[in-house]
Amino acid sequence: MIRIKCPYCGERDHSEFSYGGDASIEYPSLEAPQEDWVKAIFFRENIRGVQKETWHHLNGCRMWLEVERSTITHEIKSVKPCHPDYTKIVENKQ
Amino acid sequence: MTRFNAWNVFKNGLNGQTGWSRQWRDPEPKESYDVIIVGGGLHGLATAYYLAKNHNKHNIAVLEKGWIGGGNAGRNTTIVRSNYMMPGNREFYEHSLKLWENLSHDLNYNVMFSQRAHVVLLHSPSSIDAYARRYNTMKLTGSDGELWDLKKLKKKIPHLNYDNGRFPILGAIVQPRAGNARHDSAAWGYARAADSLGVDILQNCEVTGITRKNGSIESLQTSRGIIKGKKIGFAVAGHTSVLWQMAELGKLPIESHKLQAFVTESIKPLLDCVLIFGPAGAAHFYISQSDKGSMVFGGELDWYKSYAQRGNLPTVKENGECAMAIMPCLGKLRLLRHWAGVMDMSMDGSFFMCKTPIDNLYLNAGWNYGGFKASPASGWYFADLIANERPHKVIENHNLERFEKGINLDERGIGPDPKMHG
Repeated sequence: MIRIKCPYCGERDHSEFSYGGDASIEYPSLEAPQEDWVKAIFFRENIRGVQKETWHHLNGCRMWLEVERSTITHEIKSVKPCHPDYTKIVENKQ
Repeated sequence: MTRFNAWNVFKNGLNGQTGWSRQWRDPEPKESYDVIIVGGGLHGLATAYYLAKNHNKHNIAVLEKGWIGGGNAGRNTTIVRSNYMMPGNREFYEHSLKLWENLSHDLNYNVMFSQRAHVVLLHSPSSIDAYARRYNTMKLTGSDGELWDLKKLKKKIPHLNYDNGRFPILGAIVQPRAGNARHDSAAWGYARAADSLGVDILQNCEVTGITRKNGSIESLQTSRGIIKGKKIGFAVAGHTSVLWQMAELGKLPIESHKLQAFVTESIKPLLDCVLIFGPAGAAHFYISQSDKGSMVFGGELDWYKSYAQRGNLPTVKENGECAMAIMPCLGKLRLLRHWAGVMDMSMDGSFFMCKTPIDNLYLNAGWNYGGFKASPASGWYFADLIANERPHKVIENHNLERFEKGINLDERGIGPDPKMHG
């Protein structure tokens, strides 16, 4: 079992999460040529090593997370919310 | 190499089995080869064999980083079938099944191919319609299929859980010519047959670097020295992206995922077919019984990208639950082993067999779940591609450009999410 430290819920089993996929993809603008969209949608670096990826805490707080994880050892290097203003929102509440 | 035949079995029975030669040589790498196949799995070995047999090329090396049969050739659930629907896939897998049917004779090696039928359980009226359409389409290219109603299914396999309230069994769609083969025998048989036609099988020979010159690959750096090749074929499904980036070719429409398989302790004959639980709307689970009596089964991917050849526990639990849902009689069995193999999961669930941006480099990749059954045809068409330098009509759309052309060979109609193409 991989244990993912959700910033909101704490450390949980990965079976609570749904795997999103490659977080390094940057989608082009709507006006971009078709080739750019083909590359973004269909082509992957498929890193053997530490990669950025998204996980959805589906059976928890339902937050989308950006995780750095090794695809060789499954070790997790970092977890942060995908939403750029998440930290600000939580700090304001506290 | 001593051929296997009745006379040699008899003779060696009298002389204490001392007259057999080793199955394949262990040669030192030559300085250069006409064709180098990277990857000594089933696909690489089959490619080398058909290059020698069909295209009269004999100066060939197969490079294997570990040992023959140690990668995905030894990590599958040995199912052979041809129930594909998309144009190209249909012809390809049917050709593969036909090659399997005569493979033991062709290789002079018993691959223990057993056409015991592939039985897909159906759980709703709409899944019956969908699968009837699929199997009718298959028949257009000569594959076989039958729709079994509940009465016939109960007669053939009486010990299923027919009282499953959540996923009631309504019938089954069946391919009688499908079945199982012995994975190690297929790998050893291809290795032995290729070797006897002059192919050098180089084990413990990992590619560590690629030297390019004037738009083509000049040589490969390996753990056994530098080897030159006029033509290079990659057949390293699971790790294609790693080699592709070593050749500085960038990204591929592939993600590496892992798929688990499970083996129980041996029992007396219980299941005489390959049984599939609910790909149409229920679960995803397949089970068969090996010749040793073990129940061999598997199901979904582990869902997250990985190059680790080991599985994770939630998937073990899910597979156990699937087994219990259709065959509760398995409940007391203990698991002996479980393992994972790394799959090239492609963006539409179909494979790639094509020329590449490098003149003398050919790609064989993206086998998703279907690598084992595909190996004979994969070797057949990949050898044809390398020898004739053009794709055969059957694989003309199995290239890296198909996505930009809008050609998706998506059997399940899922879209560009590799983990969903199981």
